Amino acid sequence: MNDKSRSLIQVEALAKHYGNLHALDGITTTIHEGEVVVIIGPSGSGKSTFLRSLNLLETPTSGRILVDGVDITDPKTDIDVHRRKMGMVFQQFNLFPHMTVLKNMTLAPMRLLKLSEKDAAARAMEYLERVGLADRANTYPAMLSGGQKQRVAIVRALCMNPEVMLFDEPTSALDPEMVGEVLDVMKNLAQAGMTMVVVTHEMGFAREVGERVIFMDEGKMLEEGTPSAIFDHPQSERLQAFLAKVL
Amino acid sequence: MESIKEKFIDNFITDDRWRYIWNGLGVTLKIAVFAVIFGILIGALVAIVRSAHDKTGRFKVLNWFCKLYTTVIRGTPMVLQLLIMYFVVFATVGVSKVFVAIVAFSLNSGAYVSEIFRSGIMSVDSGQEEAGRSLGLSYGQTMWYIIIPQAFKNVLPALANEFITLLKETSVSGYIALADLTKGGDIIRSQTYDAFMPLVGVAVVYLIMVCLLSAGVTKLEGRLRSSER
Repeated sequence: MNDKSRSLIQVEALAKHYGNLHALDGITTTIHEGEVVVIIGPSGSGKSTFLRSLNLLETPTSGRILVDGVDITDPKTDIDVHRRKMGMVFQQFNLFPHMTVLKNMTLAPMRLLKLSEKDAAARAMEYLERVGLADRANTYPAMLSGGQKQRVAIVRALCMNPEVMLFDEPTSALDPEMVGEVLDVMKNLAQAGMTMVVVTHEMGFAREVGERVIFMDEGKMLEEGTPSAIFDHPQSERLQAFLAKVL
Repeated sequence: MESIKEKFIDNFITDDRWRYIWNGLGVTLKIAVFAVIFGILIGALVAIVRSAHDKTGRFKVLNWFCKLYTTVIRGTPMVLQLLIMYFVVFATVGVSKVFVAIVAFSLNSGAYVSEIFRSGIMSVDSGQEEAGRSLGLSYGQTMWYIIIPQAFKNVLPALANEFITLLKETSVSGYIALADLTKGGDIIRSQTYDAFMPLVGVAVVYLIMVCLLSAGVTKLEGRLRSSER
């Protein structure tokens, strides 16, 4: 990674325990501005838990997470303010079914950034235009295909002008023919310089778009490096076995 | 046929006896409508306190009170609550019986409504809350804009059921000598010594009200659902 870029998120010895189960076991890493980090690993390896810890949807048992230098695990920190800067995209889309696509996208900017309805709608339409869904602005999520829903979910998060986007297996709930359209949006986002942390099973995406790949297993970061280092020269046996299964 | 007509006239027309029904209906509606409104307010408040406590662990004392309240209300008969409200709580205070009834029925309904709302809040997928919070919305904002509208839609049938029960339950108001709809029919019975006509007549009025209420709720449900498809 180029060392000059500002560090956006610093994770220090992060751990999450459920009784005896160590979902996260001493994770330390730094996410830099403009970096695209892809996290891979078998299911149950803690990669989603790690991602969800970054905006405190999961409360870590110990360790620290610094966002822009502020410790968000400190109970005195107003987490809502930091979440505004951290967009999140979920496996199950989680669009609000009782609101139109446009309303889904304008709610948070209007309430939190105090944008006028007109400004919020203009911003939303611009993003919808970019992902080819402008004609769907006034429909309800139930009317959309999975791929369309996920694209809306991505631009809904973008409407808050986040500094970083967190993707939690964004294509895992999609029919195979819809995976591409979502990955394309993410690719464009990466090319535009967005900082991204992506948990995914899409190895092609990890290799092509990822700048740094992290391999997790049993709550630990076993290996990290450039895509070619991870995919072409895996060091640990675990990673070799994992790649043999998924590639 | 003749005798039915005669009985009808005797029970409802002679001496303007229909007024007992009409005025009673007014009292019943007044109690029911206010009890529904305050029941919703109390229920929503209790449900929010209890849900917030379950989620965040805050409001310990308040949550304890809410639990005590629902336990006591749901664990004792409505008639008894009404009698206690009238003869104990408001015994020395000069307030109208209708007011006492509204308080008693509101408190009663609130306990049931709170449980309905709570189940509604729990019925909304947890991903909805996560999505709201991940955007930076506070717990309160997420509840208000995202969870409650969906929860309300989910609980509408149960809520309608509660209000139908409430409307009919106001018929025990006669216990504190309130001249509600049921009491009105009973007064006519005591004057004409005819039980069938006034009592069945009153029953028909309740039935019509419940049918109207059901129809209204069905329509509202349809409107709320159509926005999603």
